[in-house]
Amino acid sequence: MTFFFPTESLRAFPPRLYPDYKSTVKRSPTKPLIIIPHTLSELTGPVYGQDAVQPGDEDLTQQHAGEPIGERIIVHGRVLDEDGRPVPNTLVEIWQANACGRYIHVVDQHPAPLDPNFTGAGRAKTDETGYYKFITVKPGPYPWGNHYNAWRPCHIHFSLFGHAFISRLVTQMYFPGDPLFPFDPIFNSVADERARDRMISSFDLEATIPEWALAFRFDIVLRGRNQTPMES
Amino acid sequence: MAEITPSQTVGPYFAYGLTPRGKYDWKDTFGTDLVTPDASGERIRIEGRVLDGDGLPINDCMIEIWQADAQGRYASPADPRRPNAAFRGFGRAGTDAEGRYGFDTIKPGPVPGLEGNMQAPHVVLAVFARGMLRQSYTRIYFADEAANADDAILTLVPPERRATLVAPKTMAQGRAIYTFDIRMQGEAETVFFEV
Repeated sequence: MTFFFPTESLRAFPPRLYPDYKSTVKRSPTKPLIIIPHTLSELTGPVYGQDAVQPGDEDLTQQHAGEPIGERIIVHGRVLDEDGRPVPNTLVEIWQANACGRYIHVVDQHPAPLDPNFTGAGRAKTDETGYYKFITVKPGPYPWGNHYNAWRPCHIHFSLFGHAFISRLVTQMYFPGDPLFPFDPIFNSVADERARDRMISSFDLEATIPEWALAFRFDIVLRGRNQTPMES
Repeated sequence: MAEITPSQTVGPYFAYGLTPRGKYDWKDTFGTDLVTPDASGERIRIEGRVLDGDGLPINDCMIEIWQADAQGRYASPADPRRPNAAFRGFGRAGTDAEGRYGFDTIKPGPVPGLEGNMQAPHVVLAVFARGMLRQSYTRIYFADEAANADDAILTLVPPERRATLVAPKTMAQGRAIYTFDIRMQGEAETVFFEV
């Protein structure tokens, strides 16, 4: 199956320069981007199969001697293309703060405790139906220096590939009803409310496991449509 | 129809998840050495720095590259000419304190382009970082390739800006090193593509 990648779809993306998010000011191109046709170089992309993911990589609560502190959750969903078809066998990488809002990264100096039982990184591969599943703990909100009293809403970072180098997506999954949404320039850099809503997971009672963990559903749509328009 | 999920920044803390490199308790998926023992072609190094609008190094940047093999074939289902080597053509690097990145790879061959023409050998590159709400795409061309003059993509770039996409070559210990600095802004701002 060959795919094409309409550039109109990119309207859902945030602009590169968004001054409310201060570090975009010195890091976004100022000269016009050059529009180019898609050649084989853009239309192809890496494929990583079984060897990229080991059993257990999708369970962030089982990587250490003990269980991490925090609210255990299931995060699951499907990876789809713009036709709504599953993207099978594609790599999904995640990383996140711990339940206290602290990242294990050396640069993070937020005075909240690290958890010796939590690294905060995981990976999974979608199955034939585009489905993936992680077990983790809910990340906490954390302060950042963008402006006075700036706090990031709770989020999990996602990295995905899809069918081509230009379907590559790095995004963040948010949790429903977060009170920090109105104040977060990264979340609000996406201008369209409906597009913003697509970054918010939904509480999934059906997938919640009684006496054990709440579940959140996060379906992800990557660029790419079938070359042959579907019969309607 | 389904509408795409918006991009968000990779943020300042991706390293432990995406480029742990033994510094964190996690395994690397992708590295900076693309060369597989069975890959034919010239072994080269690509290296450079990533700089912001003040000319300061971006030390929390992730660079990804994607390229064809020495015969100009991509290791992707979308390329019908499957490579016969384990070479995969994808690499991921994190920049260091000076904003430096580097890849050990093989020089790609010419790749089919538009309307039956061949493209000059090149590597596609994506830049991710804190302060970047979405990745920026560019291409590395090689200074010693005569085919650059007729490349259909390069000729879409205003002539005075083309040099930002062409990596000069130096030799070290018998191996070619191509230097590709990425300037996000300024007089010599790297050309980025809308794809």
